[in-house]
Amino acid sequence: MKVDVFVPRDAAALSLGAEAVALAVSTEAARRGLDVRLVRSGSRGLFWLEPLVEVATPAGRIAYGPVSADDVASLFDAGFLAGGGHALKQGLTEEIPYLKRQERLTFARVGITDPISLEDYLAHGGYRGLRNALDMTGAAIVQAVTDSGLRGRGGAAFPTGIKWNTVLGVPADRKYVVCNADEGDSGTFADRMIMEGDPFVLIEGMTIAGIAVGATQGYVYVRSEYPHAIATLNQAIALAYMHGYLGESVLRSGKTFQLEVRKAAGAYVCGEETAMLESIEGKRGMVRFKPPLPAIAGLFGKPTLINNVLSLAAVPIILDKGAAFYREYGMGRSRGTLPIQLAGNIRHGGLIETAFGITLHEVLYDFGGGAASGRPIRAVQVGGPLGAYLPESQFDTPIDYEAFAANWAVLGHGGVVVFDDTVDMAAMARFAMEFCAIESCGKCTPCRIGSTRGTEVIDRIVARIDHGKNVKLLRDLCDTMLNGSLCALGGMTPYPVLSALNHFPEDFGAEGAKVA
Amino acid sequence: MTTTTPTTTSATAHDDLAASMRQIVDAHRSQPGALLPVLHALQDALGYLPPSAVPIVAEALNLSRAEVHGVLTFYHHFRTTPPGRHTVRICRAEACQSMGSAALEQHARRRLGIGFHDTTPDGALSLEPVYCLGNCACSPAVMVDGDLYGRVTAARLDALLSAIAVDTK
Repeated sequence: MKVDVFVPRDAAALSLGAEAVALAVSTEAARRGLDVRLVRSGSRGLFWLEPLVEVATPAGRIAYGPVSADDVASLFDAGFLAGGGHALKQGLTEEIPYLKRQERLTFARVGITDPISLEDYLAHGGYRGLRNALDMTGAAIVQAVTDSGLRGRGGAAFPTGIKWNTVLGVPADRKYVVCNADEGDSGTFADRMIMEGDPFVLIEGMTIAGIAVGATQGYVYVRSEYPHAIATLNQAIALAYMHGYLGESVLRSGKTFQLEVRKAAGAYVCGEETAMLESIEGKRGMVRFKPPLPAIAGLFGKPTLINNVLSLAAVPIILDKGAAFYREYGMGRSRGTLPIQLAGNIRHGGLIETAFGITLHEVLYDFGGGAASGRPIRAVQVGGPLGAYLPESQFDTPIDYEAFAANWAVLGHGGVVVFDDTVDMAAMARFAMEFCAIESCGKCTPCRIGSTRGTEVIDRIVARIDHGKNVKLLRDLCDTMLNGSLCALGGMTPYPVLSALNHFPEDFGAEGAKVA
Repeated sequence: MTTTTPTTTSATAHDDLAASMRQIVDAHRSQPGALLPVLHALQDALGYLPPSAVPIVAEALNLSRAEVHGVLTFYHHFRTTPPGRHTVRICRAEACQSMGSAALEQHARRRLGIGFHDTTPDGALSLEPVYCLGNCACSPAVMVDGDLYGRVTAARLDALLSAIAVDTK
């Protein structure tokens, strides 16, 4: 009897040797004359167990990990094709507590299906949302998205339905949908995992968006640092065209939606929506003044709906199961689920999709199991390089946009980067300024000049040159950047800088504090 | 695709390069916002964007040479000098820093005797910084050519570099 064995093709799993494991499984099966069907799935997102190999048994999928190519022969010896015992056996995958405690809506198929199998996608509920959408008016689709309470998962948390309604309401001969897949924030990889692990959900979400607002052309702007995501997405788009899910008449509805991938070129600022539009137009990624909003005059001057990968990937399930189903999850004004990405110095790093409302403490300790180094966790940066550093006293903050804002922090794209007690927070603050200087588009002065001056002022503070005066100067500078920058790059660099200064003054050589 | 080193001076080789660049540009010029796809295609084929590419691209897309220069120098991904036969990218972003990427970076600099944005004198290897490879739960991350590596210790980096050295001999 043929046995299904799953080895991830996700870039993170490949980075830990999944390709060699897959090869070893095929070779060993052939050598032993065993009938194995090797499926290259996405990743379950339990990265301390990668490469995670799963076997389909009558009782469910059984996981083994972390598997190296050298372990494969012993897995066969142990009868892993029938779920046999082995030191690496993790039991039923779905029963692994890290996974069992999650509420996977957006990531429902990731790690389970073959990402470039349309049959798999359809067999696991795919394209039901689009079929429903094709029977609805644009306004009704937009209403469903509005009612779901979905807010922009790229970081700004703007209500998605309101944005869609704006684009819907602007008459134009041509409109665009642009997916922002320029996932440049350190500590984030959820967009990448979707594109590599379930690309059809993004394609379906964009198609629904196009049909809802009357856009006929879509672009996915993917960073050049993601070659695997680009390749998988292109394969999936080609299949979608071949089977009539994209093209002149989507599923013979008479409605057109064309989609293509545009490769970015390594500029962080192009994750800012107007810089991204400039880049797609073939220009330098310089931030535009707003207004006009891209929803009114965006790509090539036409109304453009811009959403993050995770926002668009949440749309199919909303159209499939209804706005109320999605809205049930969450707390306060943060509805639905958030794919949290737990990264950095953490024992059990990975993808945690759960309803809003769990605390940072639960994420770090119940899921994460503490720092990878075994030392105490001293600080976490949430929301990417422009997010605030939170000290232990704030670890009880719930994962909720408003709760983070109340702590002068941001949830952003849901990336959580953990640091143990060896971290030098003044160095991290300096790095935030340095990064801003490297990545600034140069259009506005606070960001272009302020970032370089910021590194110099922090250097003087750490060297204890006119300490009090320079701390005041740094706060002044941050105030200027915060209020005077054109976009979030200059405008939010003060978040990591000031949070580090406020919560960890001892690292900046504060009076009376210990100097590490 | 034609690959040319900067030492090539003969007129024929120069013409060949120009012709192959025109061919690449023509294949990508008709799409809206063609400049980035065109530059990507050229760099994918040649490894870098030689100065002679600028007027060819400018003419084909009806842009000024200044505009093309402005775009290709804006983006970190595009390079105007030939890379080494292999490119090693070390992530410098926060998650990798939390797992010791700064020490890894120092180790690479010492071992290779070059810094970021440099190429070894034998032309074997270029060292580049990168700000996030999306492998943040398996930090520190390194990319060698198109291949991603996670949890890279100094010893693992040495093994990767040795494999490259053997490969390019």
